[in-house]
Amino acid sequence: MDRGTVENTKASKTSRHSSREFISNLLRKYGIFFIFLGMLIIASLLSPAFLTKINLINIVRQISIIGLIALGVTGVIVTGGIDLSSGSVLGLACVVAAAFSQMPTGSRVLYPAIAGNPVYVSIIAGCLVGMLAGSINGFLVAKTKIPPFIATLGMFSAARGAAMLFTAGRPISNLRDDYNFIGQGDIYGLPIPILILVIMAVVTHILYSRTKFGKYIYAIGGNEQAAYVSGINVTRYKSLIYVYAGFLAALGGIVVSSRIGSGQPGLGVGYEFDAITAAVIGGASLSAGGIGTIPGTIVGALIIGVLNNTLDLTNVSAYWQQIIKGAIIVGAVILDQQKHRGAK
Amino acid sequence: MADEYLLTLSNICKQFPGVRALDNVQLKVRKGTVHGLMGENGAGKSTLMKCLIGIYTPDSGTIIFKDEKISVPNTHYALSKGISMIHQELNPIPQMSIAENIFLGRETRTWYGLVDMKKLNQRTKELLDRLNIKLDPNTRMAELSIANTQLIEIAKAVSYDSDLIVMDEPTSAITEAEVRTLFKIIRSLKEQGRSIIYITHKMDEVFAITDEITVFRDGMYISTDPTNTLTRNLLIQKMVGRELTEMFHKEPAKIGETVLEVRGLTGRKFKNVSFEVKRGEIFGVAGLMGAGRTELLEAVFGVTRLDSGEVFIDGKKHDIRSPADAIRLGLALLTEDRKLTGLFINAMVRDNMAIANMKSYLRGIFVDFRKITTDCEKMIDQLRIKTPSLKQIIKFLSGGNQQKVLISRWLLTEPGILILDEPTRGIDVGAKAEVHRLMTELTRQGKTIIMISSELPEILGMSDRIMVMHEGDKIGELSRAEATQEKILRLATGMSLAAV
Repeated sequence: MDRGTVENTKASKTSRHSSREFISNLLRKYGIFFIFLGMLIIASLLSPAFLTKINLINIVRQISIIGLIALGVTGVIVTGGIDLSSGSVLGLACVVAAAFSQMPTGSRVLYPAIAGNPVYVSIIAGCLVGMLAGSINGFLVAKTKIPPFIATLGMFSAARGAAMLFTAGRPISNLRDDYNFIGQGDIYGLPIPILILVIMAVVTHILYSRTKFGKYIYAIGGNEQAAYVSGINVTRYKSLIYVYAGFLAALGGIVVSSRIGSGQPGLGVGYEFDAITAAVIGGASLSAGGIGTIPGTIVGALIIGVLNNTLDLTNVSAYWQQIIKGAIIVGAVILDQQKHRGAK
Repeated sequence: MADEYLLTLSNICKQFPGVRALDNVQLKVRKGTVHGLMGENGAGKSTLMKCLIGIYTPDSGTIIFKDEKISVPNTHYALSKGISMIHQELNPIPQMSIAENIFLGRETRTWYGLVDMKKLNQRTKELLDRLNIKLDPNTRMAELSIANTQLIEIAKAVSYDSDLIVMDEPTSAITEAEVRTLFKIIRSLKEQGRSIIYITHKMDEVFAITDEITVFRDGMYISTDPTNTLTRNLLIQKMVGRELTEMFHKEPAKIGETVLEVRGLTGRKFKNVSFEVKRGEIFGVAGLMGAGRTELLEAVFGVTRLDSGEVFIDGKKHDIRSPADAIRLGLALLTEDRKLTGLFINAMVRDNMAIANMKSYLRGIFVDFRKITTDCEKMIDQLRIKTPSLKQIIKFLSGGNQQKVLISRWLLTEPGILILDEPTRGIDVGAKAEVHRLMTELTRQGKTIIMISSELPEILGMSDRIMVMHEGDKIGELSRAEATQEKILRLATGMSLAAV
């Protein structure tokens, strides 16, 4: 079958065959988009409140933080790794950012020396903290070669502890207006968190699909040894993806804390799992490496958002929602494995 | 007379995609004898044994064991019938003790259902004593040397009380003294009326221990003879005796100055190797599996680090610390195992081809896909790669076309020196000929090729000069004119050339 494979399949292809093949290809490639479409239709039939502008904007705003984290987590999963620390890094970054933006005149100013800075200082400080945590993850994974699960599990605990330590366990409230504007403001009716998600999704999509960095992370995830032999500096690119994931988690932290007007060390608990869920539903493969896309992950996040929203609108209890989410992530992985088994 | 055969394999065929691994082979093993199975790499010895113990299912043929026609669906069944095997690759469970490893899956239990460790250790002790292996059953496998691990593997195969034990290269990891222990074990097994199939590359061993020798070549049965009627030369002739039927597209290229020279390279699996290669040359590297050829050239390419030695490129000394360094210096390495270290199996043809040369395809920070496409299309034309499109996922291509994509990957980096490790393994005859033609063309363009190959005809047909390695040493170098299959095989098995 060696030489003839290509010609044979071409020759034996009747038109009916090819249309069936076309559909199965379409489903395999864009299946998740169709599922999303189906969910939209079902949701709008179940609840008249679903298909309103307010509700739709609400859904996207709700997923914007998970979405931001998931963009970075997708890249980590593409390299064959995992990031369990994003929720904790979010918590740490948001309290640092908030400390820089606390009103210096209030009664309980945590760090008067750095309080009262304009918003961009907070953003830079928060993101730097996230990237520092990410670079520690990256160093541990790429250089000491301990499993990503363990490395980021360590950061999961340490970053949360650092956040608690930094604030002595208390929230940092009374923040400057320009900081709060990030989470609460809008431009022409479009909430800023959504805007940030859209911009970062586009940037990340381009980064992953059209730059050397992107090509290399897919290569590393696809076959690390082959990537190394092809002259790729595996250590460098593997660490960099964790730095980028840390940056996005920090950005998520800035959005969530500015939305509630308070930097709290306990924010983001469990977000890492929602982000991983979004990436996996969107097709990123925890078993294969080198597989996963930003459009897929965004749809994955939207699916979670629509699901939560529909269950809310139809008065399903929050407890049930958790059970359903659990079933969905396991189901997505089963589907993913069957897809790859079929092709091998 | 028929009942004196313990095992009769006849008309066994096994086809893998693109290769006929076994073509109507037979093997008859007498009761209470040691039967040597010989042949070059890829002759089909291991494949046949895997068919026998149920790892592969043969496409056709019959297996008669103890006068009963059997088919073996899995290794468990083989064991229950009385056939066990010592595998070439060792697979112990390092955290468990010797006793636990040997009786894995056959633990004796106490009446209340727990594993009876005392009994287990006692049985192991008896077994080890019988085999004269001086190790404590309680030792964890992780603490054992490779040689001792192999001895335990042998003990395990014996512990099944099988009538037939297959030993596939059992001495690859053990020293002279332990080989003697092994031979003692084998002789006592023989006395108990058990039979052994002994696969090895080592001439000394095969003449020391076997009663009969069967030779395979290219997946075909050649002969079975009593060992005492054979000589080494006769045996080697049988192993390589084929005519050079394959045509090799070899045209002499202009041989120029030395482009690569290595001195005293020593690493994990090779020691003190020196050689030089010249512009326009095809430098063949021959040897048996495990001779250290791949490890040597991977170290030259920076995949692993050298313990000592110097590498000169165009007369200048370089310290190559990673493949990235090697690529910058104009080297390329087509790795031996396409799937393991070559392909990005879930990625498209285009990305597989362009990955090593990504730096040349950048416009600012963005990848210039138009330029990649132009270059890749050129390669597809030039190497006649059959793919529906550049965006095809590479796993759907045939082995030959996958190999051509990998060669393209390296040609795109415009290397001066190409290291090709088994460039035609597992690809069909047509693609093979095209790869050979391409190699010739590349040398005519002034490129240099270092080719590792386990196929003697390929080595002889394509190389200008041949280096032969044996257990990590460079054991000889032959010019194209003086090289013959016999000479290479003698060197590769550690014999001297004097007697030829």
